[in-house]
Amino acid sequence: MESLEQIKIWTETAVAGARLQLVTNPGPSGQHSLLVDNDHAAAVARFFLEDARLRLDYASNVTGIDWPEAVLQEKRKVKQTIEGVEREIEETIERRRPGFLEVVYHLYSMALKQGPVILRLRTGDRGAQARLPSLTPIWRGAEFQEREVFDLFGVVFEGHPDLRRILMWDGFKDFPMRKDYAPPQESGAGREPAQ
Amino acid sequence: MSTREFQVIPRVDVDGTAVDGEQLEISMGPQHPSTHGVFRMDLKLDGERVARLKPVFGYLHRNHEKIGESTTYLGSMPYTDRLDYFCSLTNNWAYALAVEKLAGLQAPERAEYIRVITAELTRLQNHASLAGFLLQDMGASGTPLMYAFREREKILDLFESLTGARMMCNYMRFGGCRCDLPAGWILEARGVVERFPRFLDEFQALLDGNEILMSRTQGVGVLPAALAVNAGITGPMLRASGVNYDLRKVDRYGIYDRFSFKVPIGDHGDVYDRYMVRVLEMRESLKILDQALRDIPDGPILDPKAKLRGFRPKPGEAYGRIESPKGELGFYLISDGSPNPYRYRVRPPSFINLTLLEDLCLGHQVADVVVILGSVDIVLGEVDR
Repeated sequence: MESLEQIKIWTETAVAGARLQLVTNPGPSGQHSLLVDNDHAAAVARFFLEDARLRLDYASNVTGIDWPEAVLQEKRKVKQTIEGVEREIEETIERRRPGFLEVVYHLYSMALKQGPVILRLRTGDRGAQARLPSLTPIWRGAEFQEREVFDLFGVVFEGHPDLRRILMWDGFKDFPMRKDYAPPQESGAGREPAQ
Repeated sequence: MSTREFQVIPRVDVDGTAVDGEQLEISMGPQHPSTHGVFRMDLKLDGERVARLKPVFGYLHRNHEKIGESTTYLGSMPYTDRLDYFCSLTNNWAYALAVEKLAGLQAPERAEYIRVITAELTRLQNHASLAGFLLQDMGASGTPLMYAFREREKILDLFESLTGARMMCNYMRFGGCRCDLPAGWILEARGVVERFPRFLDEFQALLDGNEILMSRTQGVGVLPAALAVNAGITGPMLRASGVNYDLRKVDRYGIYDRFSFKVPIGDHGDVYDRYMVRVLEMRESLKILDQALRDIPDGPILDPKAKLRGFRPKPGEAYGRIESPKGELGFYLISDGSPNPYRYRVRPPSFINLTLLEDLCLGHQVADVVVILGSVDIVLGEVDR
């Protein structure tokens, strides 16, 4: 399998306007991924499927991740002059990260027996902007899994042929896989009142 | 068939389209015996022909993934047994493999052999039972299933003497296995493996050329290769459609590159091929078992770096997958450095293999729906999670 940097270059050459970003994985598994902008996600996916060097014909795993708003602490070294002496001081900077939902696609090629290429899509926020283009028209294998992400995380997939709840019942209101989901205190809560 | 919701639909459908002739809407399940669990299919029938089929899931949903995120890594291990409760040992392996990738652990050689042996025994009993269930669904009441269960019982006895449990084995650990093989276990296992072909020979002689089996399954539920790949179908169902994709060969996880075995491929992609691919896979599993039981070395069964208590993988993520008897079983984990996974995801093969159920059943009769569903090989513990 070619390196992700190479795939990024190929994709940005083939799909005009697509912006891909390499997301590195600090763990020992070495599975890095590509973050793609939502406007070009479908075109990039189409390129992944059809390009003769990639032939990523199989969307194995599709899932969501909830990243609520958080305050991240970053350490960086700054030079400060204290009493005429220049010193290097480690400073902790707090950065507010707005909340978003992320959908991850693990793509393989059955034809060329290679992979995975990991594709990530991010929503604008966790509310009204929790919308992403559906990749089910490109990989039918995403059909039930995108429905599951819609059901449990609340990501609306635009262009999905049959976007309904799949594991929870139709009248259910909340999204149980979100980190701030509070389970109902009494049995039956969360259901629609009987009519 | 359940007659709970059995109504004649008016000439104009709810969406305004004219209905050609009389169509029946039938809710098949969730307690129908052919669903092997609680699973429902909303059927619309034109005469005896299926005009629409919508699977309805969730009767067994308990949000396994959320539970996995609120417990420790090891705490989820016994719970993976309950996904596909026929194949707890392969579930254990897939989860252990993903965590090993996440934490950079490596199981010792003896543990890898034990994993291959238990996984292939699991495959044998899963495929034997599936063949039995499929024939049961076709009306071969009792006998083939009982023959298969008789053999399965011998394998479950082996699991019990190794792990203490017949089905809920909870046996693998991150970086190895929980306990070593008891004395005499390999001899017992060899006996089971040596006697298994006699059952297969008899089973095949009785059934492979059986006229009823052939007329009920050949040309039924045909799945073209290109559609199967695009829909993410995996396992014997994919290979019956003629796609050569077996993770034991592709990923060569564990020590599968050491064994010589073939990958049976189907020609037509119909129910008969799905049955036959599984029967042939059992023969190949027996070959692997022969080699593994002969070559298994002595040695430790757990990576010395592995920590059972206070296990906190470094931040990062990993996706690990194996060829479970039903298809590609994957676990996707994200660690934030705490004792619990930040994200714990199961990629369930039998859930995704149901994507094409409607495509396979359209135009067939209701009785064929039962057979096609049987050939997909689903376990609702895994479908609904």
